[in-house]
Amino acid sequence: MSPLLEAEGLVLRFGALRALDDVRLSLWPGEVVAVVGESGSGKSSLLRALSGLVRPEAGRVLYRDAAGEALDVHALSEAARRRIARSEWGHMHQNPRDGLRMGVSAGANIGERLMAAGARHYGSIRAAAAEWMARVELDPARMDDPPRHFSGGMQQRLQIARCLVTRPRLVFMDEPTGGLDVSVQARLLDLIRALVEELGLAVLLVTHDIAAARLLAHRIVVMRQGRIVEEGLADRVLDDPQHAYTQLLVSSVLAA
Amino acid sequence: MIRRAILKAIAIPGHQIPFGAREMPLPYGWGTGGIQVTASILGPSDVLKVIDQGADDTTNAVSIRRFFARTAGVATTTRTAEATVIQTRHRIPERPLREDQILVFQVPMPEPLFRLEPRLAETRRLHALADYSLAQVKLYEDIAQQGESASSYNHPVLVNGRYLMSPSPIPGFDNPKLDRNPALLLFGAGREKKIYAVPPYTPVKSLDFDDHPFAPMRAPHPCALCGSTAHYLDEIVTDDRGGRMFVCSDTDACADAAAGAPR
Repeated sequence: MSPLLEAEGLVLRFGALRALDDVRLSLWPGEVVAVVGESGSGKSSLLRALSGLVRPEAGRVLYRDAAGEALDVHALSEAARRRIARSEWGHMHQNPRDGLRMGVSAGANIGERLMAAGARHYGSIRAAAAEWMARVELDPARMDDPPRHFSGGMQQRLQIARCLVTRPRLVFMDEPTGGLDVSVQARLLDLIRALVEELGLAVLLVTHDIAAARLLAHRIVVMRQGRIVEEGLADRVLDDPQHAYTQLLVSSVLAA
Repeated sequence: MIRRAILKAIAIPGHQIPFGAREMPLPYGWGTGGIQVTASILGPSDVLKVIDQGADDTTNAVSIRRFFARTAGVATTTRTAEATVIQTRHRIPERPLREDQILVFQVPMPEPLFRLEPRLAETRRLHALADYSLAQVKLYEDIAQQGESASSYNHPVLVNGRYLMSPSPIPGFDNPKLDRNPALLLFGAGREKKIYAVPPYTPVKSLDFDDHPFAPMRAPHPCALCGSTAHYLDEIVTDDRGGRMFVCSDTDACADAAAGAPR
């Protein structure tokens, strides 16, 4: 078996600031990797560089597609990258407004990726949308409602349905539980965990929420000032942190 | 320069070609794009017909026809069968066009994604990537909310399986006539400075779903003047007590049918 996503030597600078400083990371099929760190540590930049949204100044990102071919994400044409981003990848944003079309109904939001992939049968698009609404615990009877009539937690679940309807192999999640209250967070994490398990998804999760990382991730990567300072199995990193910064991070979690 | 843009447009069916639209002796929205295209293709032996919503006798049609008769010295006609160049605003004549005819459309807004994506740079990228899911989402939303497509005119079409194109605000009734039409179809947008074309016999498909096929609409009445049940009808309000009549929008086809002439 070979990694699904493999990055090496990533460098990205904003002026004098090093957002990514020689970062190396690999993600295996079916694996959930959490990238944790404080604000400004470079975790979102890493996500954007890995998913092809920003081009790093140095380094390379290889993605192995469904056909088993290794593709250099930043050397692909825009058309090819978009095709992969729409069929084999999913992207879940912290703010649902970035991930959803607020002007059209929930059903259209879920159906958009299907239509982008060429689906032209209205009935089967609706059936798929209804099925996915049920799977993310939304009432399919509300599929013609606009997302702005949904609560924050429901909008996040709608984002999940919109991502997963085309059966991606890799999902990038940027703070999926940010801005939600704790009980809603718990339900969402539970749902994500069940779907990841069921579909065998690989997930790259960026979060500053250590508890979410512990619940979802197999492996944790700790970032600080654009560098990966520690990396290992989730329980090992959280229960036996080696790096001083990780120790600080783990000890600053508030126990309820 | 306009002819070069027209050649490019014919070479890439449905793709919008920018051109330097000139100052015209009439306001934008009165057919400046159509007039520039017509002016650049008219030859001495051409016979020009101008229609406005199907009619030959409205102010706009009459003045454009007279303008070209005076400046280009071409023959003019109101008969579709006799014309070699037809400039039209928002209709395609009822009589089937021939290979030796050119139809010039006046286009107010050439960008079919205009209402869906406000950034023009982004619409160009979407055209380049042939990414038209946005238009399909709009159609999905229309059907979900209203049970049918909400656009009874200016319904977007896919040209030659590649470019999404605005057919100009012709009624959906005319959309099927775009498909594999023997005539050359040219589209001129003066204010937006774009020219595009559908060459003869090019496949043109109205955007739809497999299980909700595009359905052109026509008022379910016969024409009050000629009795036609096949022509596209205009609804005319005749008084302020709800009186109305339905008449053919294509005046030439209506006159033919009324005279009993074979179509």
